[in-house]
Amino acid sequence: MADLSVGTPAPAPAFGALGADGTAPLLDARSISIRFGGVAALKDVSVTVAAGEAVGLVGPNGAGKTTLFNCLCGQLNPSSGTVTFDGHVLDDMPAHMRARLGIRRTFQRVEVFPELSVRDHMMVAERARRGDGALWKDLLNMGKPKPDELAHVEEILDLVGLNEMAEVPVAALSLGHCRLVELGRALCGEPRLLMADEPSSGLDITETAALAGVLRGVQRDRGMAVLLVEHDMEMVRTAVDRVVVLDVGEIIAQGSFESVVADPEVRRAYLGRSA
Amino acid sequence: MSHFLSYAIPGIPYGCNYALMAVGLVLTFRATGVFNLAFGAQAFVAAFIFDLLVRTNHLPVGVAFVLSVLVFSPLVGLGLDRFLFRHIPTASTTAKLVMSLALLIAIPQALPIFFGNGQRLNPPNLWLNPNHVYFHLFSTPINGGEVTTTVITVVVAAAVVAMFRWSSIGLQMRAVVESRRMSQLEGINAPRVAAGAWALSSTLAGLAGVLLLPLTASLQPTDPLQYTALLVAGLTAASVASMRSLPIALAAGIGLGVVENLLAGYLPTGGVIAQTVVPAFPFVVLVGTLLLNPGLRQLELSSDPLAAADPPPAPPSVSIRDRRLEVPTRVGFWVLVVAFLASSVTWVPGYYVTAFAEGLCLSIVFLSITLITGMSGQLSLCQAAFAGIGAFAAGQFAEHLGLPVLLGAVVGGLLAAVVGTIVAIVAVRVSGLLLALVTLTFALYCDQTLFGYSWTGGGLTGVTVPRPVLGSINFGSDRSFLVLCFVALTLISVLVLLVQRGTVGRYLAAMRGSPVAAASLGISLRTARLTVFAMSAGIAGFGGALYGSVVQHVSADLFVYEFSLVYVVAVITTGSRTVEGAVQAGIGFSVIQLLLTLYLPTRFAGIEPILFAFGALTYAAHPEGIIEYQKSRWMVRVSKLFSAYDARRARKAGPPATGTSGSMEGYREALPVLGVTGKPFGG
Repeated sequence: MADLSVGTPAPAPAFGALGADGTAPLLDARSISIRFGGVAALKDVSVTVAAGEAVGLVGPNGAGKTTLFNCLCGQLNPSSGTVTFDGHVLDDMPAHMRARLGIRRTFQRVEVFPELSVRDHMMVAERARRGDGALWKDLLNMGKPKPDELAHVEEILDLVGLNEMAEVPVAALSLGHCRLVELGRALCGEPRLLMADEPSSGLDITETAALAGVLRGVQRDRGMAVLLVEHDMEMVRTAVDRVVVLDVGEIIAQGSFESVVADPEVRRAYLGRSA
Repeated sequence: MSHFLSYAIPGIPYGCNYALMAVGLVLTFRATGVFNLAFGAQAFVAAFIFDLLVRTNHLPVGVAFVLSVLVFSPLVGLGLDRFLFRHIPTASTTAKLVMSLALLIAIPQALPIFFGNGQRLNPPNLWLNPNHVYFHLFSTPINGGEVTTTVITVVVAAAVVAMFRWSSIGLQMRAVVESRRMSQLEGINAPRVAAGAWALSSTLAGLAGVLLLPLTASLQPTDPLQYTALLVAGLTAASVASMRSLPIALAAGIGLGVVENLLAGYLPTGGVIAQTVVPAFPFVVLVGTLLLNPGLRQLELSSDPLAAADPPPAPPSVSIRDRRLEVPTRVGFWVLVVAFLASSVTWVPGYYVTAFAEGLCLSIVFLSITLITGMSGQLSLCQAAFAGIGAFAAGQFAEHLGLPVLLGAVVGGLLAAVVGTIVAIVAVRVSGLLLALVTLTFALYCDQTLFGYSWTGGGLTGVTVPRPVLGSINFGSDRSFLVLCFVALTLISVLVLLVQRGTVGRYLAAMRGSPVAAASLGISLRTARLTVFAMSAGIAGFGGALYGSVVQHVSADLFVYEFSLVYVVAVITTGSRTVEGAVQAGIGFSVIQLLLTLYLPTRFAGIEPILFAFGALTYAAHPEGIIEYQKSRWMVRVSKLFSAYDARRARKAGPPATGTSGSMEGYREALPVLGVTGKPFGG
């Protein structure tokens, strides 16, 4: 049959675009480009994440990792390219609508709600997941937490190890604990894709190893896809199935952890041209 | 073409006045990080002093200029820095805006206290005679005032641009504004640079004030801002320049003057367009600029890289109250309420009862500020306008449709909510400083244009709002009406508390803390803002209608834009995050006003706004409100006493008890707990 489609052809699918069973990926970002003034922060970047897959996004500082995160989550609008999530085209979709589709994230520079307690953070995320924030319910005093909401919040607090500090305002927590609050808050949303931006920053070695275990756990037990930006290579090795390497806004390598670590282009990006 | 030039050329010196205001606003923002709404007030004071020195003290114009502009104005700037802004170097833009609001209110109100209320006619000019035509440009006569304004504006603007671009002090000023802490780490004496910036900014304000004198036929100390039109135009030009580019501010100011003159020349002087469209034109241009100029968004996005060093926000005093104080506090509260009501309906003099009723209604209006400022963290500067909409609607419906006043108050509240929603739909794209400016523009529009029509504010005569009658109960007397106001305030307070403690309240707290994180959870910032804005406007409208019914006759001067500013600083003083803060502000505002009227001469009428303005000056240091802060201090002291008492009892009883002996709740107790019982992650 003749191809009747018109216009520019779609960019070629990225590496790993199809899941292991040949189905379409959960997240499909194609040819993402964005410029800040005269600087090209991302140049024709394509990334996919299959359902239940954990993908690491690594690269030197200034590579464009967080910028790509912001483009995927709707905080930034790329100048070109298309992002698809579970068949939904996300272009021009505001950030909160993307979250409602099942994308949750943590932030490189911690973003918490300083006046709320740890439990309130989880409760806000829980209510947002359920879409249960009607004003009339508050006015009729029907906004009290329900047992199943509280149970889910307790489960997540236990998962990230914050149940002892549940009533503490996050303004009183250390950076490492704030990162765990962010992670717990994102997990409360039961996301289908969890995007974690340098979650181990501020944690010690033991806590980082435990965090990697949590990420692996939610991926395995809940079928959650994970996109992880991280500088701690040991954590990347243990927490992800596949690694994408960005440098100066371009993908320079992708594949298994071992293969990208051995890639001479990746070594040059991290160690300099003489490496 | 000759018509065009004859309209356009006089617009150039006229626009230079706008340009000077705009350059001053941009300079102050770039050099101090403060969007100084009090710039006009500073200009006014310098002009007043100049006039005083020339005509009362008979000093030569040159000497008066040196004393008022080159000596007095920099001293004012240094004083502002030394006593106010130096203590809040890392405060947010919004906090600094509140400070400038307080100054905008306090400075002009202080003038009559020192110099009386007398109007000063025909103020002197600085340089060339404004009544003498010096030359013709394309057949258009150019007088001395126009030459003076144009030449000095261009010279001053060029000097300021040169200083910012090419001098090391200009570079240091820019660095200090970007991050005072970072610049200090680089060895810059930031406090001295900031003091210099304030002195410079204040000098420019003084110069603007003296230059603008020929435009004003008289100086009236009790008129807080005779330069309102200039403020709107100056804001517009500064906004076109994204609060960043001095040359663009200059060009935009001059351009606005030219366009305004052209419109005045070409548009018909009578009819609907002249009465409705033309007066609204400057406001529409300002709002359009604020919303559509992408460069202004950067003002919201920029933040201090060392902001994480700031201490966490203080918790409300109620959260650190010792558990043993709960019962006495509740009992004390109800005793106070019962005593207040019983006294008000029995023995308290009538004029106090009226003041209390006004205070209760103002409390309802102030609760709208609790919602929008305290809960959502946004500064709305048009709440008095919403109150006016409610009051005028209730009066007009009662007069023309025979609607019962209580029903009219509800409908007025709904109407205010609809208008609030429209304002929010327009303004929802922006937040923080820009939202404050958009709402201020709306307040100015209502004050100067909308409330002047007969079908809204009743024109010059105003609107009568009768007392309500509910079945067989007539609320005609002040005492019975006070009870009705109390019931209404209780209902609205409960509604606000339900929202504060419910899901929407948590969403708003999340938005206030981090909008980007709230959006990443699926919370729609747009919906939340529209909701809170509509509800806030509705409450203000309802409160305004009841207030109208207390005073029984309302006119535009009861809802001028200055009241919106005073209301905000009043609530911020007592505590914008609590319902009790709004009630304290409402009752306090009304009672202090009564006491001043009763016991002080009229020239001291401005003391009340000054008192609240002083309270608001502490906003940056204590965003929870200075009274709320004092309450917290007392709670901590009392909790310490209880802890000491517990410890003494424990020592007498024998071996130390297990667990925490202090009963103080909240995170002040939790801080040490973190190190003791906080389970390490993964442990």
